Amino acid sequence: MNWLATYTLLRKEVKRWRKVWLQTVLAPVITALLYLAVFGHVLEGRVEVFPGVSYGAFLIPGLLMMSVIQNAFANTSSSLIQSKVMGSILFILLPPFSALEMFFAYIGAAILRGLAVGVGVYLVARFYVGVPIENYAIIFAFAFLGSYVMGALGLIAGMWAEKFDQIAAFQSFLIMPLTFLSGVFYSINSLPPFWSALSQWNPFFYMIDGFRYGFFGQSDQPVMTSLVIMIVAAVALTGVCVKLLASGYKLRDA
Amino acid sequence: MNAITIENIKKSYGDVEALKGISLEIKKGEFFGLLGPNGAGKSTLISALAGLLKVDDGHLSVMGHDVVAHYRDARKALGVVPQEIVMDPFFSVRETLEFQSGYFGVANNGEWIDELLEQLGLADKADKNMRQLSGGMKRRVLIAQALVHKPEVLVLDEPTAGVDVELRQSMWRFVRRLHRDGHTIVLTTHYLEEAEELCDRIAIIDKGQLIALETKEDLLARGLGSTLLVRAKSAVTSVPEAYTDKVVKQDNNEIELTFNRDTDSVMDILDDLRANSIDIDYVSVLNDSLEDVFVRLTGQEAGENS
Repeated sequence: MNWLATYTLLRKEVKRWRKVWLQTVLAPVITALLYLAVFGHVLEGRVEVFPGVSYGAFLIPGLLMMSVIQNAFANTSSSLIQSKVMGSILFILLPPFSALEMFFAYIGAAILRGLAVGVGVYLVARFYVGVPIENYAIIFAFAFLGSYVMGALGLIAGMWAEKFDQIAAFQSFLIMPLTFLSGVFYSINSLPPFWSALSQWNPFFYMIDGFRYGFFGQSDQPVMTSLVIMIVAAVALTGVCVKLLASGYKLRDA
Repeated sequence: MNAITIENIKKSYGDVEALKGISLEIKKGEFFGLLGPNGAGKSTLISALAGLLKVDDGHLSVMGHDVVAHYRDARKALGVVPQEIVMDPFFSVRETLEFQSGYFGVANNGEWIDELLEQLGLADKADKNMRQLSGGMKRRVLIAQALVHKPEVLVLDEPTAGVDVELRQSMWRFVRRLHRDGHTIVLTTHYLEEAEELCDRIAIIDKGQLIALETKEDLLARGLGSTLLVRAKSAVTSVPEAYTDKVVKQDNNEIELTFNRDTDSVMDILDDLRANSIDIDYVSVLNDSLEDVFVRLTGQEAGENS
């Protein structure tokens, strides 16, 4: 492992999103706040998902996690497709990077962007409605694993895509539906049995559900189940990404 | 020691054979020219050397390191200046070079980066964003990026395409200095006069095959063709029958004819012309340029699409 090379690529990837923070951090924070303002206002007092938890408070962890994972995905996928289209991927392909070094650098930057957006949403949302914190470690673990998994998915999407619109399609047809149907805005226990059962096949559900547990100490599924599913997903995606990077899938020989 | 060893490299894209089993060795410290018409396979070969594509068969090594099995050592020994101008629009020139240096595992490289910036006339552009640079300046940054980890072998893939004369000359001054300092330089170009001026040894690739691999002098001699220009004191009406095939131009009192330096004697030709009552006033001999040899070998002008 060449730590300097890995750290340099991580630093470059972080600098990339920091230079355009209006788009990469502030914009998703504003989007999350709009959801919170509209849905929180319309549904406040009408829905009580967990006993003793207001709808506005219930919504915050879901919106927070949604912002975290969407931005982690956006970071790796947009960085790769951009450098592929512009040709600057060459500067990453010529140096002696191993697949694992590339993976950790890209994922690390995606996690840091996910967490930055998450902290941003949390700090601003707190002004709107108070939300308890039950367990910091669980919150951090799910934010970390969620952005890790989504960063890895973004890496695969970025390697696979040849054009920007393919990334957009990935986001619109896969990431958005799975996120919206994962229980960001509701508890899956409130759904009809069929949809509730179906939701349990949605991996995003476990990200949101476990993350929410960290705030309220309550969740639809046991938190350990969600944690194990997330760890398994992270390990599996690491394997897939490293294998693809090592083979140069759609990067070398393209 | 060989700086680059290329052994029987084959690469196909579907039915198209881009490289049909090329073998060649480039010695340490050489200034080597890799020539060929567009589409001949030069860039494919360089991409294979840089690990940017996988070959179907054969082996490549840089400074004795196999580019697949020991890719880390091979890539550390190699600097590549790509043909296309590419850049990362997020960063300044200095950031670009610092990142590239780190990617190769070279820490605290500020002094060498400053020297590169100075040598390539980029010192006043160091903090400018890459987007603000002109095409020529971006090209210089690419050269600096290729050199930032001090590779022993530098490959320049058509580095002067679309570059103005002044930049081209300053670039060559710099590359010559690198060569003097012991770097092995591999140059692909279709400005043949550049190869003729700079390279010690030249390979010509055509349609994925090596069709010549010689020192520049041998390659030039291999053309063996020369042109004899004869100006007569009065209009030339006829030439001896033996030479009618060799006349390339006849204009009033001037004739130009080709001859083979190995088999023909200029004195004999001139004697024959005098015997044909041509009163010779002035004679000049032009040897084939690399361009002439290239055209003869590949059947194409340099840079022409195959």
